[in-house]
Amino acid sequence: MSPILTDPPPLAADPSDGVAILEQRGSTAETFGIPLAVLAELTHRCPLQCPYCSNPLELERASSELTTAEWKKVLSELAEIGVLQIHFSGGEPTARKDLVELVQHASDVGLYSNLITSAVLLTRDRLAALAEAGLCHVQISFQGNEPVVADRVAGLKDAHRKKIEVAHWTRELDLPLTVNAVMHRQNLHQLGDIIEMAVELDADRLEVANVQYYGWALKNRAALMPTLQQIEDTTAIVEAAQKRLKGILAIDYVIPDYYALRPKKCMGGWGRQFFNISPTGKVLPCHAAETITGLDFESVRGNHSIAWIWQNSEAFNRYRGTGWMPEPCQSCDYKEIDFGGCRCQAFALTGDAGNTDPACALSPLHEQIFKLAETEASGDTSRFIYRNFSGGTPEPDDAQDA
Amino acid sequence: MATLRSRHVTVSEASRPVLPRHAKLRFDETRHRWVILAPERVLAPDDIAVEILQLCDGVRNVAAIIDSLAAKYVAVRELIGADVIAMLQDLADKGFLTEARENTA
Repeated sequence: MSPILTDPPPLAADPSDGVAILEQRGSTAETFGIPLAVLAELTHRCPLQCPYCSNPLELERASSELTTAEWKKVLSELAEIGVLQIHFSGGEPTARKDLVELVQHASDVGLYSNLITSAVLLTRDRLAALAEAGLCHVQISFQGNEPVVADRVAGLKDAHRKKIEVAHWTRELDLPLTVNAVMHRQNLHQLGDIIEMAVELDADRLEVANVQYYGWALKNRAALMPTLQQIEDTTAIVEAAQKRLKGILAIDYVIPDYYALRPKKCMGGWGRQFFNISPTGKVLPCHAAETITGLDFESVRGNHSIAWIWQNSEAFNRYRGTGWMPEPCQSCDYKEIDFGGCRCQAFALTGDAGNTDPACALSPLHEQIFKLAETEASGDTSRFIYRNFSGGTPEPDDAQDA
Repeated sequence: MATLRSRHVTVSEASRPVLPRHAKLRFDETRHRWVILAPERVLAPDDIAVEILQLCDGVRNVAAIIDSLAAKYVAVRELIGADVIAMLQDLADKGFLTEARENTA
């Protein structure tokens, strides 16, 4: 058996979980009610080439993206049906020339707006314009704590320096800052320094997110998978920092679930409290959902309203709730705690999105997946395949020693 | 850096608390209840918290907020005072409440 790295999740809902509280009251935000927050992937264009990108392998071209008018209509519709927050993401959302206009529109219709960005395209003037338009929060991704590792992972020279600069501007403009650090075997040794960096940047929050293996990350899994020892060290570092920095920096931590005992409650349960909208307007149960073949996703360009798609479309209802579950999920006490884990991961690892997520210790494949992770983590593959529009480009031979 | 500021706010009767620009107290028409919108979070404050937060305008100090609540509910000031300060401190610790600054303009 794999070692126990996580305690089983508590059976009672966290009282600070707004969703849980709203659901308890039996309001319209109860199960399958309209989500509180929606992710808008404005574009797949991005100057970075991170090998763990969560976008699909087949990236959408600029010419097929929703227009400014279409996105505005989407934002109005979301506000009208009860969505409270919008996350502007991508790709790189600042690659859209109309971002300030879209943020302004979100403010006008009453949506709380978060920007999830690599930051490298931002100027101080543009960030100030976004703040002026009502942007509420900025999340900047970091690939390391210094340029050698960080710029290599990002596949872009000078990216790290630029990110630090934009992080300072963010705080100067009095916008709250989240540092998002995506962690894997080749940068986990920098975690302690990344935590210090987040404190020095005066960030409010740090997300220590171990890579999740879909899309580009799955393609690069052998180069990214951490060792079990790294994960144990990481957990200790994060827990110590969470105590030490209480009231200064909030730290959220996502472990790589190949090493977990229980699967993550992916997206809070399929079609339960989250959806995202792809650059071309597809309404998706999660940003990786298009990796599952055989599911048709409706678009905002079609004949149905977003509320109809959320409530009635086949793709959302396929794995919604617990009725679809096979054993061992169906008779499991945790079925409404983790909802069987992640559908995309079940598909990626078993070929059937309706199977139990192999991250779960009760999956017949768990042992095999755990061993695979250990084997890949101790292998000598370190070369990345960079994310791009031409199906990925292997890192040059001489770059990996950087 | 001059812009770095301490996030530690200690709430006392003299504090003049206010929600920071990134924490928005709003009535959610769809779900018929008050919510606080914060970075990537939605909080659901209870009725008493909502009433107190509505008084946090950056002008009134905590003493005035307590006075106003004590008068409204005909309550013993000392009793509710401690509760009000504890609640505000909790929100401040979570980053959803800050202190109005003197003549920063």
